Amino acid sequence: MLDYLPQILFALILLGAILFFVKNVSSLKRNINLGKDVNRTDQKDKRFKKMMRVALGQSKMVNRPIAGILHIIVYVGFVIINIEVLEIIIDGVLGTHRIFGFLGPVYDFLIGSFEILAFLVLVSVIIFWIRRNMMNIKRFLSKELKGWPKNDANYILYFEVVLMVLFLTMNAADYQLQLMGASHYTSEAGIMGSFPISQFLLPLFDGMNIGTLILIERTAWWLHIVGILIFLNYLYYSKHLHILLAFPNVYFSNLDNLGKFKNLEAVTNEVKLMMDPNADPFAEPEADEADDVPEKFGASDVQDLNWFQLLSAYTCTECGRCTSECPANQTGKKLSPRKIMMDTRDRLEEVGKQLHKDVEITSDNQLLDNYISREELWACTTCNACVDACPIGIDPLSIIMDMRQYLVMEQSAAPPELNNAMTNIENNSAPWPYNQQDRLNWAEE
Amino acid sequence: MSDNLKVPTMASYLAEGKQPEVLFWVGCAGSFDDRAKKITKAFVKILNNINVDFAVLGTEEGCTGDPAKRAGNEFLFQMQALTNIEVLNAYEVKKIVTACPHCFNTLKNEYPSLGGNYEVIHHTQFLKQLLNEGRLKVEGGKFKGKRITYHDPCYLGRANGEYEAPRDLLRKLEVELVEMKSCKSKGLCCGAGGAQMFKDAEKGDKEVNIHRTEQAVDVKPEVIAAGCPFCNTMMTDGVKNKEKQDEIEVLDVVEMIANAEDL
Repeated sequence: MLDYLPQILFALILLGAILFFVKNVSSLKRNINLGKDVNRTDQKDKRFKKMMRVALGQSKMVNRPIAGILHIIVYVGFVIINIEVLEIIIDGVLGTHRIFGFLGPVYDFLIGSFEILAFLVLVSVIIFWIRRNMMNIKRFLSKELKGWPKNDANYILYFEVVLMVLFLTMNAADYQLQLMGASHYTSEAGIMGSFPISQFLLPLFDGMNIGTLILIERTAWWLHIVGILIFLNYLYYSKHLHILLAFPNVYFSNLDNLGKFKNLEAVTNEVKLMMDPNADPFAEPEADEADDVPEKFGASDVQDLNWFQLLSAYTCTECGRCTSECPANQTGKKLSPRKIMMDTRDRLEEVGKQLHKDVEITSDNQLLDNYISREELWACTTCNACVDACPIGIDPLSIIMDMRQYLVMEQSAAPPELNNAMTNIENNSAPWPYNQQDRLNWAEE
Repeated sequence: MSDNLKVPTMASYLAEGKQPEVLFWVGCAGSFDDRAKKITKAFVKILNNINVDFAVLGTEEGCTGDPAKRAGNEFLFQMQALTNIEVLNAYEVKKIVTACPHCFNTLKNEYPSLGGNYEVIHHTQFLKQLLNEGRLKVEGGKFKGKRITYHDPCYLGRANGEYEAPRDLLRKLEVELVEMKSCKSKGLCCGAGGAQMFKDAEKGDKEVNIHRTEQAVDVKPEVIAAGCPFCNTMMTDGVKNKEKQDEIEVLDVVEMIANAEDL
């Protein structure tokens, strides 16, 4: 019975981690579904291809070559080293050791590649840390990254360093045990795996006996897999969710020209009614018609946004490429497209927690003013640089536009000069106070 | 002073029972702004010169609603849009050319779902078409060998993916085309879009147009070529702010073609 203890313990930890992850995913889904509906399931073929190119293929990452290439190394490392996690899980549950070892040369090749990738990941992650903490790169110094976001980013890097070191330590100890012929570690077919990186760690084990080495190997093995399971569950609380959500986010992202802003259908109906000379202005709205009119125009809180915008808020990994391309941000204005996404997520989490605990929403908090100020919203030139810069299809501009619509249509709270321009458009069909009858005067001047 | 431009209206065409090849959508800036009117006239001169059969709406044209929409006033935008669409559809307009990327974007992308379906092109795209068809000849003229940088308007470039038509025209002028630090899909905004043209900027370290002008000045051009009346204003102001107006001209691509031809 005692022999099975590690397996039982492993199965329990694995099950617990999976259950906790499932719980977090369901919170995530529930929160995203607070958003309004938007049709992003058309053109499946085009969407799939875009996902393959932009998410799987990382095509936009290399627009910034240094960060892009380092990111691809970590990404490829992450995906491929996870094949090894499959073996670790099977070994853990069945109590076996290196169950895929029978693959022989293929196995040697795989383990060898994992090691080289692990080493490259380690180097990349260290460079990432140096860039983030020591190189004064502007997009990592913004105000919105102070506190938790900065710590979160560093925790992820530390996590990856620890995981890679554990992986290599585990392999090194394993290799040494195989060389020493320890039972349970050896195979009749000879050495299982190849260890192009961890072989250099062997001198560290000089003079250690088999018992100590097994202790080191087992400790590294356990910490490595438990670390991965903790990391999996850390995602929900971190900016690192992009490793999962980048794929759906790109798939559901906007396929239209960036300049095409959506037309509000409810407004169309009202404007058509207004312009219809035969419409009876005093007519009672028909029952089904009354339902068509939305409660409010635009967005003042997260529930007024659509689910894609909310998905994007969780997907954003706060890299700041958007903000560094933003003309308003570059010229010292308060607007930062990254902050728009971070605020949306923070507010969504707040609303989600309130709903989850079934507590009465007591605070008057909302996305507008409590998180995103009007000054930020009005600084946007709608130039789409942020949208173009995002490597995974996030559209901060759409949130800014929805919130401007709320300010103007629900609150009549446009800046006064803008109100003048709009009054001019209304009165004489131009943003300046010129008479429409003078529109062709230029031809005679 | 009249330049003897021939600017027929759609109404006059209809009276004669004719349809022009293309409707020239002049836009508010092109109609009323003194600087932009020069761009409008330069374009018309070229069209007149090579006998392109076009017409304008004249007093029947109204703001497309772009600034209202980007300000968040969807009501006002759709009022403008539906009014314009009524006029355009009544004239059975098929093809529209405009020298304003904001009008271009709105007519092209946001009118269709409201019932306005037209082929909409920017004037640089139209001139490129005329060039390809052999109807327009562009030669170096006075800009040959001059150092020119082209400023991408957001609503032509990033918003609609047109980076090459204006550059192709400039190459035809045999200029030395130099690119700014941020260009094409990374092009930096002039600061006028999103209805910013009609309001004061929020507090910051500097104005966006100054920032962009600095990028332009860095490449030491003799001319900053633009394709948008609002960018033109912003860059002109920026050049004045840098006291470079004696060294750097800000011109629309179409003005450069008209000037090269000495029209």
